[in-house]
Amino acid sequence: MMKPILEIKNISKKFRIQHDAQPYLSLRDSLSSVFKRDKVTNEEFYAIKDLSFNVEAGQSIGIIGKNGAGKSTLLKILSKITPPSSGSIISRGNIASLLEVGTGFHPELTGRENIFLNGSILGMKRKEIQSKFDEIVDFSGIEKFLDTPLKHYSSGMQLRLAFSVAAFLEPEIMIIDEVLAVGDAEFQKKCLGKMDDVSKSGRTILFVSHDLDVVKSLCSNVILLQDGEMKMRGDADTVIPHYLSSGGAKRSNWESNKVLKTPHFTKLDISVKGSQPLLKLIVYFCVKTTDDMAPSFVAFDILAKTGAPLGQAIPSLQPFIQPSDSQQQYFAEIDLPGLVPGDYYLSPWMGPHFSETYDWQRECVEFTIVDTPQNGRIYPHAPHAGFFVPNSRIIEA
Amino acid sequence: MEYEIKPHEKLSLGIKELWQYRELFFFFTWRDIKVKYKQTVLGFAWAVLQPIIMMLIFSAVGQAFNIPNEGLPRPLFSYSGLLLWNIFSSGLANAGNSMVTNANIIKKIYFPRLIIPISAVLGSLFDFVMAFVVFIGMLVYYLLRGEVHINLLSFILVLPISLFITSIATFGLGSLLASLNIKYRDFRYVIPFMISALLFLTPVMYPISGSHFQWAKYIFALNPLYSAIELLRSTFSNSTLHIYLVLISLCSSVILFVSGLYYFRKTEAYFADLA
Repeated sequence: MMKPILEIKNISKKFRIQHDAQPYLSLRDSLSSVFKRDKVTNEEFYAIKDLSFNVEAGQSIGIIGKNGAGKSTLLKILSKITPPSSGSIISRGNIASLLEVGTGFHPELTGRENIFLNGSILGMKRKEIQSKFDEIVDFSGIEKFLDTPLKHYSSGMQLRLAFSVAAFLEPEIMIIDEVLAVGDAEFQKKCLGKMDDVSKSGRTILFVSHDLDVVKSLCSNVILLQDGEMKMRGDADTVIPHYLSSGGAKRSNWESNKVLKTPHFTKLDISVKGSQPLLKLIVYFCVKTTDDMAPSFVAFDILAKTGAPLGQAIPSLQPFIQPSDSQQQYFAEIDLPGLVPGDYYLSPWMGPHFSETYDWQRECVEFTIVDTPQNGRIYPHAPHAGFFVPNSRIIEA
Repeated sequence: MEYEIKPHEKLSLGIKELWQYRELFFFFTWRDIKVKYKQTVLGFAWAVLQPIIMMLIFSAVGQAFNIPNEGLPRPLFSYSGLLLWNIFSSGLANAGNSMVTNANIIKKIYFPRLIIPISAVLGSLFDFVMAFVVFIGMLVYYLLRGEVHINLLSFILVLPISLFITSIATFGLGSLLASLNIKYRDFRYVIPFMISALLFLTPVMYPISGSHFQWAKYIFALNPLYSAIELLRSTFSNSTLHIYLVLISLCSSVILFVSGLYYFRKTEAYFADLA
């Protein structure tokens, strides 16, 4: 029996959230915190909690879960970008990670130069890049622009070039984060084909995606993460339906019983009114305000079941939640576009301006669209073709 | 190949790993140099033009205010100082900001982080090589006119020592500032300020040795650039430099090197979380 190629043993990753601080430290903060105590409230937060699993050589494993379940953190730990707070990982093969395509691309350098730079950053040797250079260029389809600076490329061309370099990596273990959502449909197909070849060639793949169809087609084994812990592991055919059906069970309302010193949502209740394509989402929400808060407003993110964001509704740009020490309640109405039948999430957000957040309850409530859109696509559909259905008609024939 | 990913604890230099990634030094340095001179009409000529223009200014100011120059032709005096000073100033500025400017890379992929500040210093050494060619030309010109005399053997011996002191001091301070900068963005403002302040404490425009207090030299020598520059000049001027001063500078550059390296290695694991 061969030893597993990856042994993940009880890893945790802890972050300290400073409620009173900027995302980065300034020296002034450090200096002043010496003098004032208790002002900065630290809250510990586990992005990954006591996670253990093994990966056998040649397995391709899909990692799924909602936003914030710890998927990206897990990949970052596996690719050595950030260390775990505790626990350890034993790896018996060299790992290449693709948390993004085109890492290190520089707009001033030409396509040719960027192939070498990016390849080298990804861990390829110069000789290796040289020997695969023609294949890479061929795969990307940008021969004509090889000696043009990258800044003159369209974003699609940049992505194609980036993916092409990555596609020729040959590590024993490959870690991939959502990089397939690039380029046009044709190029996506090409990428998926390449990925399939990679997994069939016996290499080990860890793949994170919101696109469950892709996960299903590439990975035989799926791990479901929830709040930093492994909720389920098994065949794609059992885990994915479980994930879709559970999703935290249908919740059209949500309540918080946390006692916080900062302004926050306490209650949320949503309902869908009307018929396609003139659906309205009625959102009832309660907020607990404080004396020292700045006047705030809210935003509602609408997400597909897969976690892909569809849009954001901002009922009022004018801050309308005034400071006081009480509960306040509001009703908001969101006009929905024509949507493909299925389940959707809503994430309420509250803050005084876009760069400061008081509360953000990710995907805390969900709603279901049952009837098909009046115009356009009907169920069943492919998620990669999108979720909302624009009204369309032939105006001349 | 079996290895373990663990919480950050033990401290090592990681030389073996650096060696595995040796090609990345080349690519990062090459990128920095390429990008620096891309879309410029004069291109690499800037590496030479910058010190030449500064030399002209310093010489003119020196002439106007009759600043002592250790008996050297003014252009040679200031250019020899600028040669090493520019390694330090541009290397420090680049290395000090390198982790922040490369934050998007370090958040997405692993490689030994030390490669970034080292490559930044290597980039300044490239500029040095370009500027050095002009320096040799100048030296030959003044030698032929008989305005200076050179002790060729000591010049060849001293040059690597001066370069060594300058480079390790630049790297040490640069990597220290790079790791502080990623945690405390205040250092973004400290770096340019520090460079302009240090210029006045370095014998680039004027010889510091001419001061009234002999003991002050020993304090000035704490600045590694002091001896590096004076040492180089002493091979073609009639000034001499006491060995103690060189040792002081050497020690302080080694201290900078070790403390910068230590602090960098100690904090690098969390760069991706802080960037």
